[in-house]
Amino acid sequence: MISTETLTKTYGSQTVLNIESLEIPKGQSFGLVGNNGAGKTTFFSLLLDLIQPTTGHIINNEVQVDKSEAWKPFTSAFIDETFLIGYLTPEEYFYFIGELRGRNKADVDALLSNFEDFFHGEILGQKKYLRDLSKGNQKKAGIVASFIGNPEVIILDEPFANLDPTTQIRLKEIIKELADKQEVTVLVSSHDLIHVTEVCERIVVLNKGEIVKDIQTSKETLKELETFFGG
Amino acid sequence: MFKYFINLQWKSFFRAASFKTEIWFKILMGLGALYFIVAFLSLGFGAYFLIEEAKIGDPLRVVNKFMIYYIAFDMVFRYMLQKMPVTNIKPLLYLPLQKTQIVNYSLGKTIVSFFNWSHAFFFIPFSIILLTKDYGALNVIGWHLGIMALFYCNNFINILANNKNNFFYVFATIFIVAGISQYNGWFDITRYTQIVFDFFYDLPWTALIPWLVLVGLYFYAFTYFKKHMYLDAGLAGKKTEAKTENLDWLNRFGNLGTFLKNDIKLIKRNKRSRTAVIMGFFFIFYGLLFFTGALEVYDNPFWKIFAGIFVTGGFLFSFGQYVPSWDSSYYPLMMSQNIQYREYLTSKWYLVIIATIISTFLATFYIYFGWEAYVAILVGAIYNIGVNSYLVLWGGAYVKTPIDLTSNKKAFGDKQAFNAKTLLLTLPKLLLPIIIYAIGHFLINPTAGYIFVALFGAAGFVFKNKAFQMIENIYKKEKYKTLLAYKQK
Repeated sequence: MISTETLTKTYGSQTVLNIESLEIPKGQSFGLVGNNGAGKTTFFSLLLDLIQPTTGHIINNEVQVDKSEAWKPFTSAFIDETFLIGYLTPEEYFYFIGELRGRNKADVDALLSNFEDFFHGEILGQKKYLRDLSKGNQKKAGIVASFIGNPEVIILDEPFANLDPTTQIRLKEIIKELADKQEVTVLVSSHDLIHVTEVCERIVVLNKGEIVKDIQTSKETLKELETFFGG
Repeated sequence: MFKYFINLQWKSFFRAASFKTEIWFKILMGLGALYFIVAFLSLGFGAYFLIEEAKIGDPLRVVNKFMIYYIAFDMVFRYMLQKMPVTNIKPLLYLPLQKTQIVNYSLGKTIVSFFNWSHAFFFIPFSIILLTKDYGALNVIGWHLGIMALFYCNNFINILANNKNNFFYVFATIFIVAGISQYNGWFDITRYTQIVFDFFYDLPWTALIPWLVLVGLYFYAFTYFKKHMYLDAGLAGKKTEAKTENLDWLNRFGNLGTFLKNDIKLIKRNKRSRTAVIMGFFFIFYGLLFFTGALEVYDNPFWKIFAGIFVTGGFLFSFGQYVPSWDSSYYPLMMSQNIQYREYLTSKWYLVIIATIISTFLATFYIYFGWEAYVAILVGAIYNIGVNSYLVLWGGAYVKTPIDLTSNKKAFGDKQAFNAKTLLLTLPKLLLPIIIYAIGHFLINPTAGYIFVALFGAAGFVFKNKAFQMIENIYKKEKYKTLLAYKQK
């Protein structure tokens, strides 16, 4: 589904990302871990064509992302609050995204009804604009919006951060469910090793922009990661 | 402690993305500033002799007579343009700094503002001339200091009143009414205010009074800001109750409707964009200066074209030229969503076109000043729709100032009213039609001039696809730079 070739990103003399090659097959749930500055968000930003690679390129379902915009219809993401439109109510925001992805109100409402638990009654019908919601609730809205329109690739940067424990557990279930679908490729980054080992089939560790580990998740994975980061 | 604050301020100024513009822009802005300094200086030196020549009385008394209007204009000018003392207070709150220091710094910063010292260019030379004439030295110094104190009073009143629009409207209305009354000879406010300013000269010790007022205002502002420096008080954003709106009638425009719906909400729900629309509305009345013959210098056909552009282009200039900055806070979303640039730009273009057409209808009252006036406006509208609508979108690709839509709402909010850069970008939009008109006017006749401008505008429609293609490419080229610039708030 996604493949990169000699992908690097350099700012001045500093190389922040340097990936020789990476293949993410369709349907995989892919986890990206690494310390701050490891290049996780840089990689996701490159994937969304928000920044330009210094060398190499990314191909998303046969589309080279920095050449064509054809990857947009089947890719969705939530990176940070710049993916939210502050002056809309959550409902309006969901409908807006829905319309961009060719879904009418009924479709969006049907999807939202699956997330009532996740929203915990704090998102819909609150008479609040997104900008007035708490950080955690904003994040919930952004994450759910990225599920609208049956995207084939979903990119979530640090989805667990800022969420309360209950919501974290629910989010894990949601991501697992998505991962079970063969046609959906989920890319998640996280600082929480436990969460990421639970939801991802494959974990890639980035360190200073380079891939240092590429693991198929098993029972030993958490131990392995803890030793890596602890040592 | 103070030097840390100044250091912070220095860095935030020079490291801002919008500062890194091309060199010729900086040179032009420098030349503009120089022009104003020279103009004020020569006015300061020349005013005395001009008034003496005109034989309308003692120069100092004449200046005193109109001083109230000068001060009122200063106030209005400040309200619209002077930035509030923001030091990004939040990150400083929990640091081992005393609140008194933070507030003192924020307020103190305004003292060195351009809006205060620029007056010196007029008043210092004027006072020097007075001293060389037969005016008492002590009296002139008293007068000078008294007036200076009044400008500083304005400074602090403006800070206190900055978030109170009502205050501003009441204030502006009073002075407009006073001006009209005086012009028509109903009531002369200057007869009463002149006495006050004369006092500063006649009895120099009275100049102490504005200084006392100034000190009082400073302390009032100080206690006010100190008291309100909490996250849930002065620093908190106001929360309004939200209502979900459908605007389903726009669905018939398909994808375009999706964006139009969003843009309408953007304008309705954000103070910053509402201000832009209101400003655009007032442009409609700008033409009165030209068509009523109120100002003789404007009484020629070139200025009428200029007026036509402005009257119908208010929204185009106040809103249009900030595309895409209106979407700056969620630009990464727009860039990664299933959105084609073409549709995004087209929706903004339609918004500008619709507003231009509405303005043209609202401006029909200019028929009162003769058909020719309205023809100038119609021609202006055609040019705005056909040419300027592309030019603003094009220029917008280079305007990389992120807009904080809610900034007007914060107590310490910074009014990013408009900057010199965007004003500069409007010049080609205004000069070109005048030049086109002049060609027709001088080669054939005035009617041909109008026809030329209209044809030029109409040609714009024909090349719509070409123009959009070009603009789209520029937006694509600028995409990464724009995304980077919007990251800095």
